[in-house]
Amino acid sequence: MSEQIEERAVFERTRVLTAKHTHYCPGCTHGIAHRLVAEVIDELDIQEKTIGVCPVGCAVLAYEYFDLDMQEAAHGRAPAVATGIRRVLPPDRYVFTYQGDGDLASIGMAEIVHAANRGEKITVIFINNGIYGMTGGQMAPTTLPGVKTTTSPYGRAPEECGHPIRVSELLNTLVAPRFIARGALSNPREIARAKKLIRQAFELQHTGFTFVELLSTCPTGWGLPPEKAMRWLEHNMMPFFRTGVLRAPDAMPESATPYAPDLSNDGGAAKNGAAT
Amino acid sequence: MSAQRMLMKGSEAIAEAAIRAGCRCFFGYPITPQNEIPEYMSKRLPKIGGVFVQAESEVSAVNMIYGAGGAGVRVMTSSSSPGVSLMAEGFSYLVGAEVPVVIVNIVRGGPGLGGIGPSQGDYFMMTRGFGHGDQRAVVLAPSTLQEAVDLMGLAFDLADKYRSPTLLVGDGLIGQMMEPVTFPEARLDLPEKPWATTGKPKTRERNVINSLDLAPEDLEARVERLFAKYARIEADEPRCERFMLDDNPPLCLCAYGTMARIAKSAVQRLRAEGVSVGLLRPITLWPFPASAIAQQAESARQFICVELSRGQMVEDARRAVEGRRPVDFWGRAGGVVPSVEEIVAEVRRLIRDR
Repeated sequence: MSEQIEERAVFERTRVLTAKHTHYCPGCTHGIAHRLVAEVIDELDIQEKTIGVCPVGCAVLAYEYFDLDMQEAAHGRAPAVATGIRRVLPPDRYVFTYQGDGDLASIGMAEIVHAANRGEKITVIFINNGIYGMTGGQMAPTTLPGVKTTTSPYGRAPEECGHPIRVSELLNTLVAPRFIARGALSNPREIARAKKLIRQAFELQHTGFTFVELLSTCPTGWGLPPEKAMRWLEHNMMPFFRTGVLRAPDAMPESATPYAPDLSNDGGAAKNGAAT
Repeated sequence: MSAQRMLMKGSEAIAEAAIRAGCRCFFGYPITPQNEIPEYMSKRLPKIGGVFVQAESEVSAVNMIYGAGGAGVRVMTSSSSPGVSLMAEGFSYLVGAEVPVVIVNIVRGGPGLGGIGPSQGDYFMMTRGFGHGDQRAVVLAPSTLQEAVDLMGLAFDLADKYRSPTLLVGDGLIGQMMEPVTFPEARLDLPEKPWATTGKPKTRERNVINSLDLAPEDLEARVERLFAKYARIEADEPRCERFMLDDNPPLCLCAYGTMARIAKSAVQRLRAEGVSVGLLRPITLWPFPASAIAQQAESARQFICVELSRGQMVEDARRAVEGRRPVDFWGRAGGVVPSVEEIVAEVRRLIRDR
C-alpha cells in the first residue's frame, strides 16, 4: 500500500536571485536585504530592465547572487558608476547601487552626496551595520560611541573619531532627492516595513534620487550570535538611527524647497558699475 | 561639408573629433589647461542628444565613464596631469573589466601641483601601466591638430577593437594652439557590444562588468588573457613617423608630440648646416615603436632623445637600441619649451661630446 504524498512549494528562491550559495556569514542580514531587493524587482517585473552596481565590502560578490546585468564598482564609487549607466541607457531602465557603510559613508561620501544632489534617477540601498565586515571588523563612520572594533580597541572615542554619521539625515538637507527612508532588518515586522520602503524607492526611481538605509547586523564582526545581534541593533542603533520615511513626494521637508533666484534682478549691481 | 578645412583651437578640435567618432557622452572635472574640452562638450552635446555631466572630481569622472562604457556607449573624459593621477584607480578597473573608453591627458608640468605649462612629464605614468596591477594601455601622442583629430577617431576604434581604455596625451601647446583641421565623416557604424550591461533579456545570460577574481588561478587567467591582447597590440599597433631618415643618417633624433614639432625644425636647420640627421617620432608611446628604432640603429651611430621632461621616453629608446649605439638625452622641464636654436646647439654639443 503506497501513500500518495503531494508536494507543494510553500517557499521558493526568488526568481531574481541566482542559485549560487552566498559567502555571507551565518545570521548576516545581507541575505535578507538581497532577498527584499530581488523580491521587489520581481514584483515590479523589471528584471530585464534593471542594472545593479555592487560595492567593495561584504557585498562585493552581489553580482554572483542577483540574476541581473551588474557592474562591480571601485570602493565607494558605485553612485558615480550608476550615474554613468543611468545617463546613457534608455529612461525605462532601473539602476540601483547596493553599498555598505564604509563604502558609502567613508570613502564614497563625495560620490553619494553629489549623486543625490544631482538628483540621479537611481535607487541606493545603504546597508548600515556600523562596522567594516569584509576587512575584519574595523571602525566604520557609523560605529556607535564606545563600541569596540579592531581599530577602536578601547571603544570609539567621539572626541577623537567624531560621532557616527547619520547619512539619511545628511542627504535630507539636499533639495533634489525624492525619497529617503531608513528601515531595520531586526525582526519580521521591521523587515516587512523595510521591503515596503525598497518598493517605494524603486517605484519613485524615475522621478529622481531614491535612498533606503537598512540598519543591519554583523554577528561575526560584532562578536554576537545572530539573534542577540538583532536585539543589540534594536536597543543600541535604533535610538540614534531613527527608522521611518524622512522624505517622500507627499512629505517633503523644508530643505527640499528649490531655490530659483530672479536673475533679472541684479540688486542694483549694474547701476553701481559692479557688473560691467 | 565634412571635408571642409576649419581653423580651430586644439582642445575644441579634440572634442569635435570625439563627437565625429560617435562619442555622445562626456564626464569630466575642470582643470587647466584643458577646460576648453569640457566647455565645448557642455555646449555641443545637449544639442545632439548627448550627455554632459560635470563630475564632483576626477575620481568620480573616471567611474562615470566606467559605468557608461560598461553600458555600451562610446564615452570619454579629459583632464590634466594632477587630475589624471586621481584617475589611476579607476583606470585599473577599466583595464581589468575591459571597458572601452578614451581618456585625454593634456599634460602639464609636475610633480605636485606643478605648473600649467606644456610638459611631457607624464610619459612614465601613461606608458608603464597606469594604475595598480599588471596592465598596459594604448597611448597615442599627436604632434599636430590634424593628427589629434585623426588619432581621436583611432582611439575610439582601438578602445572598442581591444575592449580596453585608450589614452591620448597632448600638452598645453596642442590644447591651446590653432591650426586648420579637416574632420572625418561622422561615424554611424559603431560596433555592437553584446557584453554590455543594458538590462538582461530572457534570451541571454546576465552580463557582468567586473575585475574581481578571488581565486589566484582565475586572476592569473584574466591577466594572461589581457597579456595575450597586449601581444596582439604590440604586434599590430606601433606607429611612428620617420622624418628625413630615408638616407640613413648617422644621427637620429627621437621626440614625440610638441617636442617633435620643434625637433623637426631643428633637423631641417641642422641639415641646412650640413649635419646629416633625421627624426624618429613615436605616435604610439605604448606600444612603443621599438622595432623601428632598432632598425634605425643598423645605420645611425648616435641617437638623441629630446623631451619636455628630464628624460623618460629615452629609457624606451635605450631599450630598443639594446646598447648597440649611444642614446643621449636633452630636455627641459617645468613647462619650459625650448627654441629651435637651443635644440640645434644642444645636438651639436652632444655630437661633439661623443
